[in-house]
Amino acid sequence: MKPTIEHVPSPLAPGDYFMMGDESSAEGAIAAGCNFFAGYPITPASELMVRIVHRLKDTNGTFIQMEDEIGSISAMIGASWAGARAMSATSGPGLSLMMEGIGYAAMTETPLVVVDIQRAGPSTGQATRPGSGDVFQVRFGSHSDYETIALSPWSVQEAFDFTIDAFNLSEAYRVPTFVLADESVGHLREKVTVPEKIERWFRPTAKGMPPFDTEDEDGVPPMPLFGQGEELLVTGSTHDALGFRKTQDSGVHRRLVGRLVGKIRRAAERIARHETYHVDDAEVLIVAYGFSARAALEAVSELRQTGVGAGLFRPITLWPFPETALKEASAGVKHIVVPEMNWGQVVREVERILHRDVTPITQVDGEGMRPETILDGIQNLRGMKL
Amino acid sequence: MSRRLYDHLRLNVFPTPYCTGCGHGILLGAVVRAMDEATIDWDKTLFVSGIGCAAWIPSPHFKADTLHTTHGRPIAFATGAKLANPELNVVVASGDGDLVAIGGNHLIHAARRNLKITVICANNNLYGMTGGQMAPTTPLGARTQTSPWGAEEAPFDLCSLVRGAGGRFVARHTVFQIHQLIKTLSKALTADGFAFVEVLSPCPTHFGKLNKVPTLGDFREQMKSVYIDRRRWDKMTPEERCDKVPTGVWCTDNIPLRSAGGNKMGGAE
Repeated sequence: MKPTIEHVPSPLAPGDYFMMGDESSAEGAIAAGCNFFAGYPITPASELMVRIVHRLKDTNGTFIQMEDEIGSISAMIGASWAGARAMSATSGPGLSLMMEGIGYAAMTETPLVVVDIQRAGPSTGQATRPGSGDVFQVRFGSHSDYETIALSPWSVQEAFDFTIDAFNLSEAYRVPTFVLADESVGHLREKVTVPEKIERWFRPTAKGMPPFDTEDEDGVPPMPLFGQGEELLVTGSTHDALGFRKTQDSGVHRRLVGRLVGKIRRAAERIARHETYHVDDAEVLIVAYGFSARAALEAVSELRQTGVGAGLFRPITLWPFPETALKEASAGVKHIVVPEMNWGQVVREVERILHRDVTPITQVDGEGMRPETILDGIQNLRGMKL
Repeated sequence: MSRRLYDHLRLNVFPTPYCTGCGHGILLGAVVRAMDEATIDWDKTLFVSGIGCAAWIPSPHFKADTLHTTHGRPIAFATGAKLANPELNVVVASGDGDLVAIGGNHLIHAARRNLKITVICANNNLYGMTGGQMAPTTPLGARTQTSPWGAEEAPFDLCSLVRGAGGRFVARHTVFQIHQLIKTLSKALTADGFAFVEVLSPCPTHFGKLNKVPTLGDFREQMKSVYIDRRRWDKMTPEERCDKVPTGVWCTDNIPLRSAGGNKMGGAE
């Protein structure tokens, strides 16, 4: 079923602000109507939590600091079924703990938003330093088959905008949705423009209908809430349309998991977003996301000044990946490079989509991606002379 | 059970999946009766449970909103639901392994937080659903699949644990103390803060078979001799207490209550 859409005046006075990515994401959440936040302190995401404590007080929402991230994600799911627009913010180690709940949220089709301010890992890694190592974790981190949505902001403005989008997508598709920022964006301070009106999408809550199956083409059933006398059965075990556990029924399992995956895959081209810069005549295509895309755009500009036809393809949704757009943008280019602040994650997705050689450019030193790293990587390509 | 109370059950899922002699069916009935005694609105009640035999008491048997969560997390799920909709009566019903082993951290923090939810812990002293492995509630020396020569680790005293963590209303009964149990559950459902009720429930299938208490009758005799009313316990010498466990209610007043809904704590700017 389709979400209902409302346009509301921005809770924060419209205009220009100078703030940090973490803070702007907190403001985006409030703008999106977030009224429940459960969190646990973690660098480099704590600033978001600290900001939203105050903003939820202003807007009469609920903040709770849980005992760990497993508690946070669990509380968010309970709150979401009680009608809240629930959110948390974390970083890699906390996200690892949340994975149990992410799988449960996917299985029970619970809308919620997690902002992941990525730091250099693995494990505790470098807590205050940037990385982009959680790309696969937000998609495949919990066991077995499910789908998620992840948006990758490259600016403080997008930290605001994409947090709103994440809430809306999460509600529309009843799926856990991530804002996958990196520390460089989370701690970046720059201008944010807050608009007059905010668009909010709400899950369909029609009563008296099966909450876990639908004949609708979009595959998204309505979601009644606790306390409405609906006698809901919500379970992470395989369940039928009404929520009864069917843990021995192969048909029910096939239909349920097929729908969980299918509702996102079928909508993938509608959800997927990207941006391109100078791709029309590009011989070298840089595919970059998050903070790395800023360095990539600088590299494109420098390459163009030296006469190299460089272009940038910036996926905005990493999950689902803008596949068709990438195919179009890469047609005819000689080289494709993927600079990332990890040892090669999105590069695999690009290879999978294009079935051709793609060159990873990795920078794993706990520093924000540098244009020189990308230029060096391109210099080393066969036949390239800079 | 009075015919009227059947309205609160999803009769199409009965009989319960419980083994012969399992105490969880008795507890199921006790919860329904206590809900009735406390005149709780079933339409405004959310039952939350984790994973394990006891988690199936509310889900799917109760005709109310039920949230069957991941293993060990029902209290954390319940915390979110209660905060998001303070009008919900939120009742957690789950097992000892779920609430105290894998979910122990959530239990003690919920007790400390003192949000108004009721937690019913069905304690059968081991992991039943997975075949009878040792739990942090398995008595010292008791045999289980993973303590075949007797448990070497001392168990938690759940009521002391929760009281120590700040629990407002803490109680323990066996399923054989049925009248006290129903009365206590009904008080717990209306307590003005975090309420925890440990309910000793026999597992003849796994615990009984390895520990020479093969039938429900044997369990009743054994539990009667071990689990005694706390008024009797209070008068006993330390020597007399050594193999006994007190039952009853422990209330602690003046524990700050976590407000549900809105950030009302902290007062003025």
